[in-house]
Order: sequence, then C-alpha cells, then structure tokens
Amino acid sequence: MYDTLQSAMQNQSVPGNVIPGVDSGQRHMGFVWGPGDILLYETQRKGTGSGEAGCPLIHVVRKDEDIYSPILRKLFNESHHIFVGLQQSKEETSSKTKRPQFVSVSKNYRSVIRACMEELQQIAAGSLLLHLLDWVRLHKADVDEKAQEVLHSDSPTRHHKYWDVVICYVLQGRMDEARQMLAKQASQQPAARSMFKTLDSLMKKMPVFNPVGSQTLTEFDLKWRHWHEECELHLQDGSFSSNSNLETICKILLGHEETLLNQKEQLSTWYHLLVTRLLYTHPSVKPTELHYYAQSSMDLFLDNRSAPEPLDSILLAAFEFDIHQVIKDCSIALSNWWFVAHLTDLLDHCKLLQSHNLHFGSNLREFLLLEYASGLFTHHSLWQLAVDYFDHCPEFGRMYLELQIERVPLDTERKALKVLRICEQRQLAEQVRSICKIMAKKAVRNNRLGSALSWSIRAKDAAFATLISDRFLQDYCARGTFSDLDLIDNLGPAMLLSDRLTFLGKYREFHKLYGEKRFAEAAKLLLSLMTARIAPRSFWMTLLTDALPLLEQKQEEDIETTKVELLRLALARNLAAAVVKEGTVDSL
Amino acid sequence: MEYINAKFVSQKISKTRWRPISSTSLQQPEVFATGSWDNEDNKVSIWSVAEQGMQDDYEGDPQLLCEYKHDGDVMDLQFLDQERIVTASSTGSVTIFRHYQNSQTLSVNQRWERAHYHSCDNAPCTGVVCNSPEIVTVGEDGRINLLRVDHKGIVRTIDNADSSTIHAVTFLRTTEILTVNSIGHLKMWDFRQQGNEPSQILSLTGDRVPLHCVDRHPNQQHIVATGGQDGMLCIWDVRQGNMPYSLMEAHSAENSSKGRLETTNMLPSQTMSVNSLDVLGQCLVCGTDGEAIYVTKQVPM
Repeated sequence: MYDTLQSAMQNQSVPGNVIPGVDSGQRHMGFVWGPGDILLYETQRKGTGSGEAGCPLIHVVRKDEDIYSPILRKLFNESHHIFVGLQQSKEETSSKTKRPQFVSVSKNYRSVIRACMEELQQIAAGSLLLHLLDWVRLHKADVDEKAQEVLHSDSPTRHHKYWDVVICYVLQGRMDEARQMLAKQASQQPAARSMFKTLDSLMKKMPVFNPVGSQTLTEFDLKWRHWHEECELHLQDGSFSSNSNLETICKILLGHEETLLNQKEQLSTWYHLLVTRLLYTHPSVKPTELHYYAQSSMDLFLDNRSAPEPLDSILLAAFEFDIHQVIKDCSIALSNWWFVAHLTDLLDHCKLLQSHNLHFGSNLREFLLLEYASGLFTHHSLWQLAVDYFDHCPEFGRMYLELQIERVPLDTERKALKVLRICEQRQLAEQVRSICKIMAKKAVRNNRLGSALSWSIRAKDAAFATLISDRFLQDYCARGTFSDLDLIDNLGPAMLLSDRLTFLGKYREFHKLYGEKRFAEAAKLLLSLMTARIAPRSFWMTLLTDALPLLEQKQEEDIETTKVELLRLALARNLAAAVVKEGTVDSL
Repeated sequence: MEYINAKFVSQKISKTRWRPISSTSLQQPEVFATGSWDNEDNKVSIWSVAEQGMQDDYEGDPQLLCEYKHDGDVMDLQFLDQERIVTASSTGSVTIFRHYQNSQTLSVNQRWERAHYHSCDNAPCTGVVCNSPEIVTVGEDGRINLLRVDHKGIVRTIDNADSSTIHAVTFLRTTEILTVNSIGHLKMWDFRQQGNEPSQILSLTGDRVPLHCVDRHPNQQHIVATGGQDGMLCIWDVRQGNMPYSLMEAHSAENSSKGRLETTNMLPSQTMSVNSLDVLGQCLVCGTDGEAIYVTKQVPM
C-alpha cells in the first residue's frame, strides 16, 4: 500500500501540477507534513555558501483538492448517512438477511453518485471531477437523447441520426426499442416490407436467458445456437443485401468482429465493445472467463495505438475479480479517497477482503477510511463528518480523532460546545480539558473573568480556577466592589473546585451578610475564613480591616465571643508579623 | 408517514426561518431563509417551496431564490417584516438584508459593525430578536444592545449585563426582554429602568447547565420555555417564583431548536445535529450539520 501512496504522490506531481513560483529544478526544496496540507519552501544546502538569497515564500500544498468542490460535498454528506447506516446494521441482522442488504447499500451509493453526476452535467464540470465522472459512465445515456431528437423531428426516418440510434440500441441489446424504430422505416418502404419483417422476427426471436425460469443453461445454449445459425443463413443467402443498414444490423447480431469495430464511434469505450461482443457471441459466459474477453476487447478496441488509461486497467482488474488490484489502481487513478474507502468498507462487510494485514497500521479497510477521514478533517466545514468515520476504525480511529480534534479552530463558543460534545461523548477527557482551557484563556485575554471561570469549572481545572479567583480578589482590592456578582453569588457546589474559589465565594457571602446588616453571621463567617486558613496571605490585611467595623458593633451577647476571638487572632497575627520582621532585621 | 423533503445544500445550516405570513391570509408559508456557519464563505439564502403548476406534480423540493455572502457565521436570523431579515454574525456585526421579491435579489440594507466586541478581539453576536422597529442583540461579550431600524447608532447598550455568554434573547413585552446564559440563568430586563441590573433572575438551584434558547408562549405571555445543554426543556412562569414549574427531557444533547416538538422521530435517522427548526402553521423547516434542509408541510399537532 505504501507503494500505492508513493505512486499516487508522483501522479500528482506530473507537469500539470507544478506549484507556481517554485523552481524545483534550480533549488533544493524543504517540506513539512501538516494534517492535510504540506508546507513547501526553498532551502540551501549547507556549506555551498553561495550568497544568493533564496525565495522568501512558503507554499501551502493541498493534497485533497476535491473536498473543496461544492457538488462533491453533497456526495460526502449523503454517503456519510449510508456509511453510518451500514456500520450500525452490522450488529442488528443475521447473516442470512445481509446479502440483499449489502446490495441495497451498494445501490444507494450508486444512486448518490448518479444524483451528483446529474448535477455535474448541468454545471460545467471541473477537470478534477473528470476522473470520478469517467468511472461511473457505465452506460451511454446519450442514445436516449438522440432518440428523442430523432422522434421529435418532422420526419424521423429521414433524420441523419436515425440509423445511429437504431444501431446504438442494437449494440446495447435494447431490441424492443430498436424494433419500434425500425417499424417506422418499414412503413415508409412498402417494397422492402418482407426484408424488414425478416429482420424484425430475428430480433424478436433472440433468446434471452432468464435466471429465475426453469430453463437450464444447456437448453438456452441450444436455443441460442439455433437462432445464431438462422441469422447466419439469412446473411449468407443475401436476405439483406439490398439494404446496407439492415445488413449491418444482422452482422452485429452475429457478433461480426469487423462490423463491431466499425462502430467504435457508437460504442465509444472498450467495455461497451466487451458487453456487445459477449451479448452476441458468448451469452453464457462464465465469470471466470470474463477477464479473457475483457483483455481481448480492450486490445481490439485500443488497436495497440493508444495506451490504456488508468480507468481501463481498473475495469480489467474488476473483470478479473482481483479486488486488491482494483483498490490499488483506484487509489492511484482517482484524485480522492472517497471511492476506495467506501468500496473497501463495503467489501469488508461482505467478507470479500482477505484479512490482508499491512506491515504498518491496521488492515486495508481501516487504513483507507483513516486516509479519507483525515482529508475531510482538514476541511473547515466537513471535519464533523470525519468523526463518524474515525469512530468505526477500531484500532487507530480514536488516536486520529484525538490528534485532529484539538486542531479544529474554535471561533465561537457555539462551535467550541459542538467540539466539546464530540469529545465528551467519546470520553476524551484530555481533549475536553484542553478545549475548556483554550476557551478559558481566551476569555481571560478578553477580560471576561466570569466566562473564564465558567470554562475552568467545566474543565474541573482547579489551578486555573485559583488563578481567576485571584484576579477577582485583586479587582476587588483595587476597586472596592465585586464584578460578575451573578456568577459568584450562584457558584453552588462548584465553589469547592479550589480553595481560592471557595474563599472567593465565601468572602462575597460575608459582604452580602454585612450588607444585609446580619452582623453576627457576618462576623462568624469572617472568623471561619481566618481560621480555616484558605485565605491567601496577601488578603489577611483586607480581612482584618473588614473585621474593624464588626469589632466596634454594639450588639447582643453572642457576637461578643466572636469579637474576642477576632481580636485574639488579630493580636496573634500582629505578634507573628512583628517576630518575623524582627528576625528579618537581625539576619540582615 | 407524512412526506418530508430533504435537500443537500453543500453548507452547514445554522438557522432556518419561515417568512411571516399575514394573519388574515389563509396562505401556506412558501418562503424561508437559511443562514450557514463554519464555511470559508457563509451565506444567507432565500428558498421557495411554492407549488408551481399542477398541484399533483408538487415535489416540494426547495428552490433557491437568491443568496448573499455573509461575513462570519450566521449565529441567528430573524425576519423583521416581509422583506427584511436581521442576522447576527460571529464577527459581532448585525446586518439587515432586504429581499427584493420582484427581482429576487438580496442586498445589505443596514449594518452595525462591531455591535458586540472585546477590547482587542471580535465578540460573536449570539442572538437577535425583532419587534419592528426595535431590534435587540446579545453576545459573547455579555452585552445587550438595543437598535432601531434606520437609526445609525446603537440606541442603548447594557455593558456587563452578564458575566458569561448570553446565548439567546426574546421579547416578553414591548419594553421587557428575556435572556438566557451559559450558566443556566434566565434573566428579565426592563428597558424603562436605567442601570445595568436585570429586573429578575431565575435559575434552577445548584444547576449550572447552560441554556441555549428561549421563547415565550404565543398566547400566554408569562409562560416561557427554555432549552438547556442537557436536552432539558424548562417551562417557567415569570410572574411567580424563581423556579421552573415543568421539566421535560426532550433531547439527548444540546439542540438549539425552539422546543416545540420532537424532531428526531420525524427525520430519517440522523447522526448530525439539527441546528435550527422553525414551525409556522403546519409547516416545518429545519437545517442540520449534515448540510441538508428538511421541509414538511404536515406537522402532526
């Protein structure tokens, strides 16, 4: 798989992808991997000492350009639904009912692709999308458009595209439609009526194998041979010699190689040729023989003149049922990981992938899903989708999520809450703390102490709560009033997070009691704040000053004991301070 | 099951609002506005679900009428009247857009830059409410601004109205508003009073669960509903008591919806969050982080 990656990278550095302003032929390049982007800069080899100044620019090179297409975003979002649905179905259903379910998941993916393509065809597609478009262009839809054009013209039978349409229908095996078109011509030419009738009956009679019927394959084969001989007979005895178009159709029915190759323009691709050839020469082909016909069709069609494109080899590998080759080729050819990641996941659920452990990382499914999701995560908006993909990567998903989620820029609290929710649901305690801390620091920077305290309480970050409590106390000392009373008055049990925060809450409570003239309670609270030793040293002076008016209060008995206690404390503290001071002077 | 129409729009939708219909007409709502968030370029878009041609043919697929670039995330969006939309931006600005229905174009009608701000940084404006011509905005800076249409400056600011982020605002009466904040307070403010103090603070005791949205009962003005981060829907009677009188567990997580009905069982199985929903008559529109908008015209009531 590493080889694949390397060649995928090389694939991207073909001359079409030269970074403007970077001359890699002239200078040495340095680069740094980012989560999604690569930083590229010019550098100088040590010791060359050429005084020439380097280019001062740093280039950002984006790997997953495709995720920035608005149409593909719909594809990513819709397929995300299907993906999550598939992962959940895993546990619910028994293995017997799974098969039709997998087929329906595959069809859902295909219908999403088709819906996106329809939109692509309405809008001019960027060259990046062409790869994806190519891959799913399984059928030539333009026949029907052409047919409409012909049928709506004044004289359909004389329209210059009339025979193109008939032949296209025959090449695709759409006999009923071809016969309807031919009937129009027949009615115009009464003289050639029997000739048209002969061809019509041949087309009508063509045996089609019905898998649910009682017919065996041998019976079908016999019937088909018989039909084939009848066609051959009519061709030999010159039944259609007077009309070259009808003769061509008869030759197609016989799978005449030269005739088919003359229709390259109508077939447009080698895999269309393959399907037509099989239809008229080997209708009972076995899956194991498929790759042989695929190879020869491709050789015939491409005529050894033009080299096969990446898509050709992918399909060839698919016809050979070489799943790993398909995945590998797709990884190289397609410009994003969407297709391979989802295909591999589906195949893995179908148990079609051999447990092919890589010599690094986990298995192939997980490796590709991680690549795809990492790409999404670098997108400013699609990162949210990536989370569910990481969730379904049992080995490394969590680690990837942990690394990536911290890099999501947090512009608003609302976004921060979304990211936080993702982390909390997955018990990413470390990331929860880190996000709250980022938000708390941001709030402090903006002088929003209340917000900052809320975030630290949410993170249970005692150290930061202490820091912010100190800021509140400093503000109080400087201004004589408290800010953010709505918060401090309603701390509740959150107050116990740190000693300093408890002190802040209780000290504010003291002021409240004092304001309400409940002096006895106020004095008791002040005393307990002093004795519990949670007051910061620098705050003792303030506490003692606060005690002064209480000492002077003339009130009932029970405050007297509190008063005495307060005085004792003040004296003791004064003495202690004096002793310390004396000691300090002595030691000088 | 009733038919719900989904449309993928290639942008995460933060707000959806129906254009108001006059109370006298029996018309179904047809036009709604959406705002996006978390994009490199965010947009305000106007959509129509009007039935074109034959009624049986109606597929209900919302058609884009027009859109306009919006600086910053659309944090909130309200119709001021039939033609004007007010948006709150993560950059702190408040903008009035005008929708010209003849030409189907949108343009900026009026803007208050940095209506919400920190001294050295932007402060997102988180919520806006209109009672034409008055507009009230709230923000992460804890400010409340009173604006008036066609009045250039800010009519009144309450600085430090809240120590934490105010998440949403609604009118209670013409001079009174309600705000909810990130530490679970529901505060009542009266613009007739001077000073920066709320006239009332309501909260669940000991509970600090952030409240994300607030709305009052359409007929009974004193009944107010709030939605909390824990998914709890609280019904309050602002005339009496500081406690909610009814609690309902509506969601498994925060959802900034209006708390009128349960959405999860109406939508196809969802993993991405529903950011906003709006109900007008029997019609519902909601927007999600899955970059889809959902519209249904028959909400069971």
